[in-house]
Amino acid sequence: MGNERSAGGTGGDGADREPVTPGEYTPREQMVSAAAREIDDGDVAFVGMRLPLIAFQVAVSTHAPTAMSVFESGVVRDDPADGFLHTMCDLSNLNRAVSLTEMTDVMGRLARGDVDVGFLGGAEIDRYGNLNTTRVRDGDRTIRLPGSGGACDIACMADRTVILMAHEPRRFAERVEYVTSPGHGEGGDWREREGLPGGGPDALVTTKATFGFDDGELFLRSCHPGVDPSSVVGDFPWDLRTSEGARGEPVATTDVPTREELDLVRTFDPDGFWTE
Amino acid sequence: MQQDKTTGMAEAVSRIDPGSAVAAGLALEHAIPFAAGHELLRQGIDDLTLVGPISDVLFDQLIGAGLVSRVRAAWTGNVSAGSGYNFRRAAESGDIEVENHSNFSIALALQAASMGVPYLPTRSLLGSDIATEPQFQVADDPFEGEPIVRVPAVAPDWAVVHVQRAAPTGDAHFWGNTGITYEAVRAADHVLVTCEEVVDVSTIKRDPSRTRITREQVDAVVEAPFGAHPSPVAGHYDRDNEFFLEYADETREADGFDAWADAWVHGVDDRESYRERYEREVGRDLSVTEPTVAAEVRYGQ
Repeated sequence: MGNERSAGGTGGDGADREPVTPGEYTPREQMVSAAAREIDDGDVAFVGMRLPLIAFQVAVSTHAPTAMSVFESGVVRDDPADGFLHTMCDLSNLNRAVSLTEMTDVMGRLARGDVDVGFLGGAEIDRYGNLNTTRVRDGDRTIRLPGSGGACDIACMADRTVILMAHEPRRFAERVEYVTSPGHGEGGDWREREGLPGGGPDALVTTKATFGFDDGELFLRSCHPGVDPSSVVGDFPWDLRTSEGARGEPVATTDVPTREELDLVRTFDPDGFWTE
Repeated sequence: MQQDKTTGMAEAVSRIDPGSAVAAGLALEHAIPFAAGHELLRQGIDDLTLVGPISDVLFDQLIGAGLVSRVRAAWTGNVSAGSGYNFRRAAESGDIEVENHSNFSIALALQAASMGVPYLPTRSLLGSDIATEPQFQVADDPFEGEPIVRVPAVAPDWAVVHVQRAAPTGDAHFWGNTGITYEAVRAADHVLVTCEEVVDVSTIKRDPSRTRITREQVDAVVEAPFGAHPSPVAGHYDRDNEFFLEYADETREADGFDAWADAWVHGVDDRESYRERYEREVGRDLSVTEPTVAAEVRYGQ
């Protein structure tokens, strides 16, 4: 299958690295680009569903050719699948994988500390990066969500995690209703005290901005082009710190996707199923 | 002469008693035993406890039919669309009890049962609200003194698994990602194997490294081609993603699920008539586009 656009996208000449104009891409494409850049060459990345599926394929096609992906289903891959992926178990993800194994094998790698970066999503995130995918409150009603899957395991045991979420104020809570996937708990050295082996959340990427963690607390790192920092801060129910307060540096503007990245995103998600 | 365990789906599923704990959907989105699940619906075998990592919509269907009292799982929903609405309704109304797990904790629970030990420890779940649920204990590891979570063994009455091929004896080949299939098979008191193809035992014995399910574990073997649709089976058919999206739309309300089940479960006699109906009314092409064949594997003496 594939797509001829990939040939143009991986040519490696300087033009591919030229930034594209904001407006030429969707917020989710921006998220995929930012997520892909969180994967370093040689990393073992624990790739969940949806946008991280695409982000790994972009990373391994650009700056991280020796990165590996592991999936909780047991799939281990070192290259992009030749075909669109709805889920990690689509046949195109199984075909010509490096290894098709068992969950305890993959989770064992995570438990031993062999996974460099894991990706997470969530319905709710709080001040310290704790994530909830179990149940949320909507007024008097409690809405039941699907649950953890492998997210809690990734959150507990990956060396570092990157969280991807749509930027919607209802998803930001001072304290999540239920901690499905622990972040930095109450901040500071909480993870160490709890005995958690992994390093916890390192970045949050939304459709409007990217965030870091300072002493376990979320802070605004960069805004996507055209987004005003004060509008981002206003979306949070607590007094969100910015890089100005946390690091003494002004809030940056998120790097826009390169032409090459954008072409790859559109190769791996040709109908925009995940990235529209 | 070895025992022939092949039987029909209706007969095999009728051996599952109401009130049983049933593990299914063990290879995550891959090879989910929908044909066996639909026969549970047809026979109305109820008061079930479902055990699994994620089930995609199989658990949602069993819950929607009112057959489930309890779910012990990491994730219950619809992978393509997000929520499973029957699960959501039943959990919110208290019609089902939900024991929350992570994928690794349910894997360890089955692994513990398969090893005959009461629990296994992990450093996953620490600091989460999952760890505070009543089935788990957070304790200090007696050797190093660091906190660990004790995950108690879970031994289902039945594991229901779908594989590519099995011999009448119950010896089976399964390839593609396997999730927690083998832990569940070893943990369960009884195992129902459904397969795309029943083959002679000599076919199985020609590639014994691929045989992780063996006869003494297996109670019944049912030939059920297309038995995992709409989930994929490596080498046979791809995932029918549109099905999952349509199912989400159709089952947003309880009446919608009843209509869906009337058409696709109660409205067909068995998997063969399900397949005929699917090909007549939907007929999406799920065929393998690149028939990759592994390099020859040599054994010998």
